[in-house]
Amino acid sequence: MIVEVKGVRKTYDNGVEALRDVDLSFPKGQLSTLLGPSGCGKTTLLKIIAGLIPKNGGEVLVNGKAVHGPGPERAFVFQDFALLPWADVLRNVGFGLELRGVERKKRDEVARKYIAEVGLKGFEHRYPAQLSGGMRQRVGLARALTVDADIILMDEPFSSVDEQTRRKFQEDLLDLLRHHQKTVIFVTHSIEEAAYLSDQIALLSPRPGRVSKIVRPAVDRSKSPDEIRRDRGYLDTVDEIWGILRQYV
Amino acid sequence: MRGWQLASFALFFGLWELAGRWPVSAAFPPFSAAFLALVEMLRDGSLLKAYLITLQPLALGIVLCAVAGIGFGIGMGLSRSVEWLSLPIFIILQAAPMAAIIPLITYVYGIGLTSKVLAVIMLAAPVIVMNSYKGIRNTPPSLLQMCRSFQGTRRQEVMKIVLPHAAGLIFTGLRLGLAMGFIGIVIAELLITPTGIGDLITYNSSVADYPKMFAAIASIVALAASALYLLERLERRWFP
Repeated sequence: MIVEVKGVRKTYDNGVEALRDVDLSFPKGQLSTLLGPSGCGKTTLLKIIAGLIPKNGGEVLVNGKAVHGPGPERAFVFQDFALLPWADVLRNVGFGLELRGVERKKRDEVARKYIAEVGLKGFEHRYPAQLSGGMRQRVGLARALTVDADIILMDEPFSSVDEQTRRKFQEDLLDLLRHHQKTVIFVTHSIEEAAYLSDQIALLSPRPGRVSKIVRPAVDRSKSPDEIRRDRGYLDTVDEIWGILRQYV
Repeated sequence: MRGWQLASFALFFGLWELAGRWPVSAAFPPFSAAFLALVEMLRDGSLLKAYLITLQPLALGIVLCAVAGIGFGIGMGLSRSVEWLSLPIFIILQAAPMAAIIPLITYVYGIGLTSKVLAVIMLAAPVIVMNSYKGIRNTPPSLLQMCRSFQGTRRQEVMKIVLPHAAGLIFTGLRLGLAMGFIGIVIAELLITPTGIGDLITYNSSVADYPKMFAAIASIVALAASALYLLERLERRWFP
């Protein structure tokens, strides 16, 4: 277990209880999804794991050690991309390294490598405003990969990406993450997305967020994307999750 | 676009000419008379001399505002205690009717350059400070979180995210500040002591040389408008 969440609680200043006694563990090298209806605190939980917002109780262990803030072993991919509008793709992708004081030449080199890996070769000197939503999120993903963190935390990375682009992006993401053997924790409200991508799905109930069930989809990942979407295990997982989530809607 | 702009100027000056010839009032000269008066004032150097005097307190005031005002605005944006101390001052300054305060400035600082510079500062400073302050405060929270998620320091956060993000709004503040400065300097030159362009306006009005008076007024309007237009073009190029 690379990340463990033990008894984490969060109540916002306005009195809203977002999370109550959440216990979860995330296996190394796998893709885990936090799935639930809006307002179930899944993004809150992800940001607590990232160390971006404080928790009111419990602890987060990374590689067995309690963490209280962001760390180099975790990288975050933001729902709204969080790109610098005044910087081109190359600088945006290398920005994590820039903050760590890596010299210009070295970080451009690393950035170019990951720009190519996410399929944006040739766009190095474009600005975020000149890119589509899907391309912007690829920039966000490339930036998270440059810092060579073991754990990638993704907050609804596909929610602002149109449907066609999303499928392609999901497939690329699976390839890329498997290739780099990253541990991924992924927030989504899409059942299909969760069932298609995940090794482990944590279903959260709303207000206050609690873990209601852990599902491990029995999907054969060696198949092609189209076959997976027609796979018995995939379809059963979608049905099972919908059966649980419908009571919250 | 160009063509329409020219047509709009032609229409405006044409109507002015017509209204002057009709005549609307004995004190309203046609455009051609005002234009000739302008050429004459350009040739005898009186217009240039007037502007050298007028632009001095304007430039001084704007430069002081740019340095101290932007500094203040950034300070207010970055620190809660600076904000708590100084925000009310600038909100009051922004709301205060300046024409009523200028006699007070004269009462304290006399009728010299200091008072006129102060008049420019009091008009220009609030918008420059408030824009810098808002530029800092409106940094998207996700950019700040992004910086923290990569273990950026507070210093990096300010230098690499907050300030570059605020630059556009700060520049807008300077442009609007200059617009207010033009208002300030003309009010000061009309209300404190007639000097520079204010002197040209009041003197020619008192001796009933209306073409020269209108030429002086039109020249300051044209100068302010073209300066602001130029800055807006620069702003669009630098901060798209």
